[in-house]
Amino acid sequence: MFSLDGYGPQIFAGAVTTVELSVLSLLGSFLLGLLGASAKLSKSRTLFAIATVYTTLIRAVPDLVLMLLIFYSLQIWLNDATDYFNLDGFNLDPFTAGVITLGFIYGAYFTETFRGAFMAVPKGQMEAARAFGMEPLYAFRRILFPQMMRYALPGLANNWQVILKSTALVSLIGLTDVVKASQNAGEGTFRTFFFTSIAGLIYLFLSSISKLVQYYLTRKFSVGVRQVVF
Amino acid sequence: MIYIIQTYGKAFLYSDGYNMTGVAMTLWLLVAACIIGFCLAVPLAIVRNSKHFLFRAPVWLYCFVFTGTPLYVQLLVIYTGMYSLEFVHHVPSLNQFFRSGIDCTILAFGLNTGAYTTEIFAGAIRDTNFGEVDAARSLGYSTPKLYRRIILPSALRRALPVYSNEVILMLHSTTLAFTATVPDILKIANDAYSATYNPFASFTVAAILYACISFTLIFGFRKAEGHFLAFQKR
Repeated sequence: MFSLDGYGPQIFAGAVTTVELSVLSLLGSFLLGLLGASAKLSKSRTLFAIATVYTTLIRAVPDLVLMLLIFYSLQIWLNDATDYFNLDGFNLDPFTAGVITLGFIYGAYFTETFRGAFMAVPKGQMEAARAFGMEPLYAFRRILFPQMMRYALPGLANNWQVILKSTALVSLIGLTDVVKASQNAGEGTFRTFFFTSIAGLIYLFLSSISKLVQYYLTRKFSVGVRQVVF
Repeated sequence: MIYIIQTYGKAFLYSDGYNMTGVAMTLWLLVAACIIGFCLAVPLAIVRNSKHFLFRAPVWLYCFVFTGTPLYVQLLVIYTGMYSLEFVHHVPSLNQFFRSGIDCTILAFGLNTGAYTTEIFAGAIRDTNFGEVDAARSLGYSTPKLYRRIILPSALRRALPVYSNEVILMLHSTTLAFTATVPDILKIANDAYSATYNPFASFTVAAILYACISFTLIFGFRKAEGHFLAFQKR
């Protein structure tokens, strides 16, 4: 009844793929979010307009539609580009496409998270750092970023949970993640219910771990902040 | 792109000649899921804040399971998973229900949004100013009347901004319906893509339609917030 019928290693490999995909997408969207938030807060009107169009459009359209749009079109654009420059064509594998699309989509959500967090840090902090003669990048790294992270953490943790769950969609564009592996196992053994539930349990496990990590990170970034705790 | 709009325009909006499709189907899924979710969430949010562990724990478990797993996995469990169980085939009503893609989709969406909405409403109930409860108690309100007249009206109003977010996210989640053969906007776009091999045009039409629905919903909720949260205006 509860045996994995030898599909255990495949499902485990699928789970590893899911985690890798989530972490890489998180990194991509994190960097894109920092860039986007800087663009939104910059004095340049062009940068502000580009970032605003990006966040508004991406957040208005469902991620699955964007994923299919980007995944199928990206390959065609790549082929056109390689033809134009007389290069050898290459196929985009679902993993890379998944990282690119998820990173691009959730970059918009991170932009909004970071914009709010940057604005929550008092202006005087940056002014004081500049007055001490810190270079802008150095001041960003040592003064703005550590304080900003405390405000960004709840939104960031929320985005991470959403990214983790949306990696399930990548099985629709052909990646063998934990969902796809469990579907294969289900079709092979006619026990779809059991194997799909296993996939669900793996996701539950991953999101529980994420909540624990979030708890410890909140404590780390709130060092020196006094709270009313009963 | 012109060709796709000419050929699939009607299917994208309301009908392919036989069934309800496209925008009409997406909106129906959204409304059905949100009604089920709302009706589940109001009582469950009250139970979620119960003092007794035995009442609180099952609701916590429901929310934990449905918010901790992807909707796609839930849909797979309900649509393909349930039908693979032996006993479902032997009960005619169950057999009929789980064989239909749209029934399973609405059930999965309703349960999913119900879990998120329960958490939202439970949070709003917890944040109720306790002075209001004290005042109602001192006027001799019974517990049901306290909930009906004081706690729920104020909690649901305060939950409105977060709830509007959840409805937009639900709209985005309805795209998963096409994996259960429900002819929503994305299914039509996918059909158009398979027929024309023009992914950019097909999915862009779908993206524009979804964006229009999102913006309309956002506008509507802004108006509703202006009406129901007028007391917070400064």
